[in-house]
Amino acid sequence: MSMDYEKLLNRTAVEMKPSGIRKFFDIAEQVEGVISLGVGEPDFKTPWKIRQTAIDTLQKGRTCYTANAGLIGLRRQIAGYLEASAGAKYDPEREILVSVGGSEAIDLAVRAILSPGDEALIVEPSFVCYKPMAEMAGAAAVPIATRVENEFRLTADELKEAITPKTKLLILPFPNNPTGAVMRKEDLEAIAEVLEGTDIFVISDEIYSELTYSGTHCSIAGIGNMRERTVVINGFSKSFAMTGWRLGFAAAPEEIMKNMLKLHQYCIMSSPTTSQYAAQTALAECRADIEKMKHEYNMRRRYVVDGFNRLGLDCFTPQGAFYVFPSIRSTGLTSEEFCERLVYSKKVAVVPGSAFGDSGEGFIRVSYAYSLAHLKEALKRIGEFLEELKK
Amino acid sequence: MDELLDLLKTNARLTDRELAVLLGQSEEEITRRIAALEADGVIKGYSAVIDEAKADPNSVKALIELKVTPQSQSGYDEIACEIADYEQVESVTLMSGGYDVLVSVKGKNIREISQFVSARLAAIEAVTSTVTHFELKSYKENGIVIHEEERDERGLISP
Repeated sequence: MSMDYEKLLNRTAVEMKPSGIRKFFDIAEQVEGVISLGVGEPDFKTPWKIRQTAIDTLQKGRTCYTANAGLIGLRRQIAGYLEASAGAKYDPEREILVSVGGSEAIDLAVRAILSPGDEALIVEPSFVCYKPMAEMAGAAAVPIATRVENEFRLTADELKEAITPKTKLLILPFPNNPTGAVMRKEDLEAIAEVLEGTDIFVISDEIYSELTYSGTHCSIAGIGNMRERTVVINGFSKSFAMTGWRLGFAAAPEEIMKNMLKLHQYCIMSSPTTSQYAAQTALAECRADIEKMKHEYNMRRRYVVDGFNRLGLDCFTPQGAFYVFPSIRSTGLTSEEFCERLVYSKKVAVVPGSAFGDSGEGFIRVSYAYSLAHLKEALKRIGEFLEELKK
Repeated sequence: MDELLDLLKTNARLTDRELAVLLGQSEEEITRRIAALEADGVIKGYSAVIDEAKADPNSVKALIELKVTPQSQSGYDEIACEIADYEQVESVTLMSGGYDVLVSVKGKNIREISQFVSARLAAIEAVTSTVTHFELKSYKENGIVIHEEERDERGLISP
């Protein structure tokens, strides 16, 4: 090997740490017969009507690129959806973009907003992609730790403390993966009050918005004047059980969207056409399917929260997404130790909270996107594990 | 359907406590509701969903269509109840369409069922004709897919 890759390749990429989730995946993979509570995607199949639309359009050969921003019909539907659910109006011609999953939309927004030297505030614990994306844009990622005492909500004080003259962006990921926390209207109003009058943008990652179990989801874009500084991210993966279709969307004021669209044009062209047609059916016809899946998740949520609390692992009742985030501090183990021992001794895979930021230490992420029988068996094994730890 | 019934239909072995947790109600409330459903005859019993082909590979099931002449007083009820009395009969349903009553029968082998149809069902005076369909393979029972275990194609861990 004559090339010194480490030295030659992009320094930020070389120095970027692989996701802590990836590392744990490699461990779990080695253990035979593992039952997992580690998956961040629905266990439901995509509703049949949606799949049927995809098949129909493939049969008709509707397989060309679409407009860069996505099918205009789909963008109109998204505008209607956001007006109803986020309480914010967007022009489908200029302010909505259909992306390759929510992840691409996050990346576009991060790159359109951040310049080298800026600081991006990242609410933690949270999904793993924000920090590396901000760093690739040359910005510094500054975590804001949320606390279990506040049910992992971001408070106005925590935000105020983190803001510096360099702060350009706040990434607001609610309903939250991994904690299941949601921001209520009054919580968002307090955040809006801090941001009002600043030059700080907000990326509101609302991919789990449909999975809100008490009251309805509330978006910061619909609060006061927050729309002008906010990019709303959402998508079809979680709500419609369409992870593999890779389809998400972003909505933002024209000036922000113009720049996001340029990046999207150059690196993606347009999102998968088949998925876009399918998504039109999802928004038009599959409300009942969403409700049914949500009902099922909600039952499991109650079951798993009750299960962990009974096992003596304190678990607050999350109001969103499909995760619970119990504390394992009482065991005296670190998150990683707990997860490694559990997978080796009882063959149950859960994800260490520390994979989602330092503030996740002392917790584990447990997905309940599994059948009741599966959850029951896993809880039983975790109970045995805890008994053995006491000995 | 009622969400309590929905849960019991797919898993009747859930305890009252588990049902209470799943539905966010108190255990006492669940116990009371189930007692009421039983008393009202909404819940008739509790049974396991069995893959018969696995439990007893030699057993045979058949669906039998009957044309029946309704009786002057009781219509179809009397005949249907008479048929329902036979031990080997699993279900009896009055149908719309080309025939009147659909009977599902379980037997040890084809001969046993054939004999039951000719000696018992066809012998009832009001039964004017029978058509017997033997089941070849069952794919779904009581809302549960029994054909094969569905595989979870998701990875073990994902973000």
